[in-house]
Amino acid sequence: MKFSEQWLREWVSPQLDTQAVADQITMAGLEVDAVEPVAAAFNGVVVAEVLTKEQHPDADKLSICTVNDGSAEPVQVVCGAPNVVIGQKVPFAQVGGVLPGDFKIKKAKLRGVESRGMICSESELGLVGDTSPGIFVLPSNALTGEDFRVYMGLDDSTIDVDLTPNRGDCLSLKGLAREVGVLNRLAVNGPVCESVSVAFGDTFPVTIEAPEHCPRYIGRLIRNVNVNVVTPLWMVERLRRSGIRSIDPVVDVTNYVMLELGQPLHAYDRDNLHGGVVVRLAKDGESITLLDGQNVALRPETLLIADQNGPLAMAGVMGGENSGVSSDTQTIFLESAFFTPLAIAGQARSYGLHTDASHRFERGVDPDLTAEAIERATRLLLDICGGEAGPLNEVKSDTHLPEERCINFRAERLCDALSKSLPQQEVTDILQRLGLKVDVTEKGWDVEVPSWRFDIAIEEDLIEEVARIHGYNNLPIRRPAARLALRANDEARVTQPQLRHQMVARGYQEAVTYSFVAPELQATLLPEAVSPKLANPISADLSVMRASLFPGLVRALEHNLNRQQMRVRLFETGLVFNGDLDSLSQTPMLGAIACGTRYPEGWAGGRDEIDFYDLKSDLESLIALGGDTQAWRFESSDHPSLHPGQCAKVMHNDREVGWIGTLHPQIRARLGLKVDALMFEVRLDALSEGAIPAFEPLSRQPEVRRDLAFIVDETVPVQVLLDVATQQAGEHVKQVNLFDVYAGKGVVEGHKSIALGLTWQHPSRTLNDDEINQLVIAIVAQVRSEFNAELRS
Amino acid sequence: MDYLPTLVSEARDAIQSAQNIAALDEIRVRYLGKKGEVTALLKGLGKLSPEERPAAGERINQAKQTLAGEIDRKKEMLEKAALNARLAAERIDVTLPGRGQPSGGLHPITRTLERIEGLFTRIGYDVEVGPEIEDDYHNFEALNIPAHHPARGMADTFYFDATRLLRTHTSPVQVRTMKTNEPPIRIVCPGRVYRSDSDLTHTPMFHQVEGLLVDEDVSFADLKGTIEDFLQAFFERDELSVRFRPSYFPFTEPSAEVDIQCVMCGGDGCRVCSHSGWLEVMGCGMVHPEVFRHSGIDTERFTGFAFGMGAERLAMLRYGVNDLRLFFENDLRFLRQFT
Repeated sequence: MKFSEQWLREWVSPQLDTQAVADQITMAGLEVDAVEPVAAAFNGVVVAEVLTKEQHPDADKLSICTVNDGSAEPVQVVCGAPNVVIGQKVPFAQVGGVLPGDFKIKKAKLRGVESRGMICSESELGLVGDTSPGIFVLPSNALTGEDFRVYMGLDDSTIDVDLTPNRGDCLSLKGLAREVGVLNRLAVNGPVCESVSVAFGDTFPVTIEAPEHCPRYIGRLIRNVNVNVVTPLWMVERLRRSGIRSIDPVVDVTNYVMLELGQPLHAYDRDNLHGGVVVRLAKDGESITLLDGQNVALRPETLLIADQNGPLAMAGVMGGENSGVSSDTQTIFLESAFFTPLAIAGQARSYGLHTDASHRFERGVDPDLTAEAIERATRLLLDICGGEAGPLNEVKSDTHLPEERCINFRAERLCDALSKSLPQQEVTDILQRLGLKVDVTEKGWDVEVPSWRFDIAIEEDLIEEVARIHGYNNLPIRRPAARLALRANDEARVTQPQLRHQMVARGYQEAVTYSFVAPELQATLLPEAVSPKLANPISADLSVMRASLFPGLVRALEHNLNRQQMRVRLFETGLVFNGDLDSLSQTPMLGAIACGTRYPEGWAGGRDEIDFYDLKSDLESLIALGGDTQAWRFESSDHPSLHPGQCAKVMHNDREVGWIGTLHPQIRARLGLKVDALMFEVRLDALSEGAIPAFEPLSRQPEVRRDLAFIVDETVPVQVLLDVATQQAGEHVKQVNLFDVYAGKGVVEGHKSIALGLTWQHPSRTLNDDEINQLVIAIVAQVRSEFNAELRS
Repeated sequence: MDYLPTLVSEARDAIQSAQNIAALDEIRVRYLGKKGEVTALLKGLGKLSPEERPAAGERINQAKQTLAGEIDRKKEMLEKAALNARLAAERIDVTLPGRGQPSGGLHPITRTLERIEGLFTRIGYDVEVGPEIEDDYHNFEALNIPAHHPARGMADTFYFDATRLLRTHTSPVQVRTMKTNEPPIRIVCPGRVYRSDSDLTHTPMFHQVEGLLVDEDVSFADLKGTIEDFLQAFFERDELSVRFRPSYFPFTEPSAEVDIQCVMCGGDGCRVCSHSGWLEVMGCGMVHPEVFRHSGIDTERFTGFAFGMGAERLAMLRYGVNDLRLFFENDLRFLRQFT
């Protein structure tokens, strides 16, 4: 909410400069976003009267005027505005004056005619942003020769407060002044709103069919108004300084009273109303054309002001196009109502609307303000537009008006909450100035919350009020006390930071990609994936939840390849989302993508491209952190994103927990990637599961080693062969080490040689050759029979 | 016998001119070996008269010792030279970079989150995480934000359907923790959060850390102390000014926004702090009794505070990053700056 400092000071004027006022209310919870002068800097502008006007002999669009600017002689000035008229009072920039934008006024000749000064428009004075069509015509009672800034009171600031949604009571000068009064312990003096004298007895019928949404409605007829008069400059200026444009006197008055008191009002043309006004919910199939021209199909929970012909206004949000005041209006029906926050909250937003009225009603407008505001608006309308007023027609439902709120406020609770004991007198004073009715009791205070404070309902709300006014920064500081209780620490568990740091040690940069991805990319990589789709995505590219870390990592890889980064190693941790909403799993994963050379370009080699085994080694290093490598297996399998010949399913305790492989060449081609990329992703819960080390005594006996090389079909997975060999190697085998895999010269085509080094050791005695030879025979026999293997000589 | 001096001088020349240990060994053999020339002289002593023998013997032995000493010295010299030559030959350029896989680095957001978690876990807080696809109850209702509450307009929410959404803050983790744990509760909840906002200063996904402490006798003063300590520790500035401004969050009462003295200009006013000298860095407050009621915590016995901050904002201030969007482009040229 924007307001003029001068306006505020009419209500309450602390001995503080502008910035200090802004700081003070900011520190009370009404955050000031900006303090700006109401007009740009300019000088040398005075109020002048146009004395003569003649056509310029050489220019159709220029006129030659003389003005009285308060100096002894009339001043000749050439003016291009079409609306200049003899007798007008105008802002006149004298020679030597400076207009906004450092525009210096000098003596000049325009098409051969001397001009000494300039008659100014509002935009030339920086009062409005857009260009105004003509000069700024001032009221005829403006004093000729007076400095224009003084005349307009332009040495003023607009203060813009960004109010939190709980402080609807401050969306008015009245509310803001109340706060400033409390903070400075000053009395607050607003304009006196007396009832106008009633000139006739007619009222327009009002029926409330939805009293739970509109517990109070006051209507009034005002006849014989002239809505074609000009809104007084003081009101136009106050509105302007509050960021509201002048429209016509009736709208201006309703806006003015809304700014002043906080009550949104609406004026109807009586002659467009039929039967009577009804406050009711919308019916099926009803629609309304709003003031802004848009036609809206209404939903049944929308509160309306209607007459016998249908909707007139969306209550508390916006009026209808056909029921409002126009230049022909003679009789106004003025509405001042209390719509409950729940009736309006969400309504405007659900139609994509947000108005000054809805903003206030959904935060809460003082239900006791309804009559005061309509009297104030009537007074102003009669003053500006003439006419006479009828009586107030108030319809209300007492049972639906907000109940009185009384709170028992315990001094002990206040003291405990703030760790400070405030003098009873100070607390009482703060509460009273805020408008609460206070009874001091033995243990604290019994308070009654004023009708305008929708945000105060419980003791804690009062604690906040007291703390806020006392000043948060005047309250003590303490450190929480806690018991130093030791807790167990799961040693076997590998933490996420450990895993991340391991990836960093292996040369990876961590990426953070969006959790929502482009559906096309996800479908390309994971055609079978089902994951939730956002109903209101920010863009189609970010509309489906990732079912895997692969899409984001592939995107990140692409981003870097497109920026000449040819060696990329990225990893990410985060949730992936699988299933529809009702069968959803949100699984933490660790994923990685890599491409390019083994080591960065350098002098020491490592220039060959990485392959599957480089990436696998990185993953194995993560597995090794847990110390339970036995629980893990890599199985040849198929994954839609990955090369069918270079892809493994990662198994942990016989459960599928991830995938590793080379990006499928077809997908790579479809994505336009220039290089091979390798990727893996594994469930974090599996990587986190480690084992606690279990000691085995060291044997003093000698180790026995035998090397065996088998020729097997090239399709035989080494792991399976290792498993069989290990099974047959007896209980004292210490290690089965794969030390060579070879295919080529000397090995039959379609076959490979697998060389194993087996090491045995007995804890307490020397193993003899016979024992070992028997084990070797058993191994060879089993491998032969299972894999049709030959022992290589 | 008379040619002993000649022999010695000849041997000395040979020793001096020996180029290597092998040559020197040959010289030793030639003169001092079992069949060496000096040894032969000793063997010839028997031909001398008993009177001549002692003197002659002594001269020969002296010559032998002289030569042996010279050979040892020469040997030592040659060995030293050989070692020096070898060391010189083995000299490498130690300024060449090391071989192997250079380290990568954590994302600056993770780095920031880990620092924040570290500061709190060190004094007894636990780290808790939770789902990112949440329901309306945990993200709003249980936090005292009923439907149509104006505060729902404060955060533009991504929805999947009428009740399922992407969490707009990590507060649902607090709710879940309070439902399952008894006070005292001390947790920090880091994680991704989502709001449908995308411009220069907003990304649709960002990171928060929220904290919660629930115990007996927890006051606003404890909150102030915790926040002030945290900010001073995070920025490693003991004198960092921290101020608390009343604000509004539906789930805390009283609520506060926290400003720090601008870390860019030291409070003098600059572009980063909009010339105010202050930077808004986090929100906090005392847990609203309604939130406690949703979690079944006795509001008369327990009180608590909660706070929340954006990791991106803190990372930007800490490392001087001037564009929020860089955090999610994953450009290696950006990421490598944080290794």
